[in-house]
Amino acid sequence: MDAIVQWFVAPLQYEFMVKAVIVSGFVGLVCAVLSCYMTLKGWALMGDAVSHSVTPGVVLAYIFNLPFALGAFVFGVGSVLAIGFIKSKTRIKEDTVIGLVFTGFFALGLVLISKNPSNVDLMHILFGNVLGIPNGDVIQTFIIGSITLAAVAVLRKDLLLFCFDPTHARSIGLNTTALYYILLTLLSLTIVVALQAVGIILVIAMLITPGAIAYLLSDRFDHMMIFAMISGVISSVLGTYLSYHLDASTGGCIVVLQTVLFILTMIFAPKHGLLVKMRSEAT
Amino acid sequence: MVQRSFSIQVENVTVNYNGKTALHGATLALGEGTIAGLVGMNGSGKSTLFKAIMGFVTPTSGRVLINGLSIRSAQKRGLVAYVPQSEEVDWNFPVSVADVVMMGRYGHMNLLRIPRATDHRIVAESLERVQMTEFRNRQIGELSGGQKKRAFLARALAQRGTVLLLDEPFTGVDIKTEKAMIELLIELRDMGHTILVSTHDLTSVSTFCDQVVFINQTILAYGATQDVFTQENLNRTFGGVMPKLQFKKSQ
Repeated sequence: MDAIVQWFVAPLQYEFMVKAVIVSGFVGLVCAVLSCYMTLKGWALMGDAVSHSVTPGVVLAYIFNLPFALGAFVFGVGSVLAIGFIKSKTRIKEDTVIGLVFTGFFALGLVLISKNPSNVDLMHILFGNVLGIPNGDVIQTFIIGSITLAAVAVLRKDLLLFCFDPTHARSIGLNTTALYYILLTLLSLTIVVALQAVGIILVIAMLITPGAIAYLLSDRFDHMMIFAMISGVISSVLGTYLSYHLDASTGGCIVVLQTVLFILTMIFAPKHGLLVKMRSEAT
Repeated sequence: MVQRSFSIQVENVTVNYNGKTALHGATLALGEGTIAGLVGMNGSGKSTLFKAIMGFVTPTSGRVLINGLSIRSAQKRGLVAYVPQSEEVDWNFPVSVADVVMMGRYGHMNLLRIPRATDHRIVAESLERVQMTEFRNRQIGELSGGQKKRAFLARALAQRGTVLLLDEPFTGVDIKTEKAMIELLIELRDMGHTILVSTHDLTSVSTFCDQVVFINQTILAYGATQDVFTQENLNRTFGGVMPKLQFKKSQ
């Protein structure tokens, strides 16, 4: 028992660990909230695209000494607009367009990083650096994350209706085009928030795994949201501890934990789990 | 001058999709308290007409009025309620029957969509109306085909629209539910609702629709069932690929 307490308490004597635990817990929360909409809307690929596309924005922001969030946001939304533009103006299918745009943006980011090696650490952009997060970035993360949470809190039901039945939403006068861009903007903001903790490669896991876990556990959206938040926060916090004790990549530990949680849920979920399904098929 | 107002008024509407004409010169006027069957083949422009009435496509020419109002103001008032085809719905979505019906009330709520007592009362009434009260807490995927339809019909009722659009409401529905739904539609018609039903089921059209609308790229004919539901109009609509239909003696 004492060993377990020590496992959690001992690392907190370091200020960087206190910060890291709080930031990653918060990031886990924001991502989990968005993940419910991502999984229900089927936007996993879109999330992946946006997260890769922010790379050049982050590099440029560092080069010009602007807040990294600003650069990331501009390029995140830019990629979405580019995808929408190419899709509507050409005959190319959406998944091809998404693949085309995000790899293009990402490659541009790599070129920019390689030309400015002293300013930016590629590994931090790709894989996050929550254990070494500067105070300024902590504040940025909390401001942007809080804006995202507030926006979802206000538009929760409209966004849900938009995911579930956009036709009905439109027929009762909701502006579904606006909701589409709002959801994409929230996605971009969340990716910005998560950048520091897990990096752009793994952010997509934070944006779909908690939602997927919760989707298997619940048939009500409100419950799904709660399950997603619990699994998101727990895996982020535990993952951060794990990375400290194992001296391993933080983003990696968080996402591995999430994946383990997902596998357990997939097998043992009370209603939609594999065991229950197998048992009901056997009888 | 007294202007005669129609619930659904489609005036010479032409709709183009990517340079292709989906509907041209369509004209239709349906008054209050009618059930109209929309009859046409796949690709005949049925769903384009629905979209035009809901304001999802902008006609290249012509206009659509709902109760004499523009589409935009009709949407603001929630006048047009749409009951989707079953295939359009994600039945695994984590919402209950009551949640879905409450979605009919969103247009009447404040920005946060917090239901008031009135909203709860109307949802309860709408569920009662379609005899779905006992299933109110079911996840929508756990319903039978007929119950699914009734849940979405309840949403349309909760919306309190006066114009109802039903897209193939009887596919995958047992006879008993179909009868009950038709009874409900007739009740709504008698209350003054205007109901447009797209359907493949031609036999039922002649039994419960008081108007029939024939569509094939344009509206070929519309009017009272006994006047327009003729073999000739059916042939024009289906281009002769239609099986012969048994007509009632009244023809």
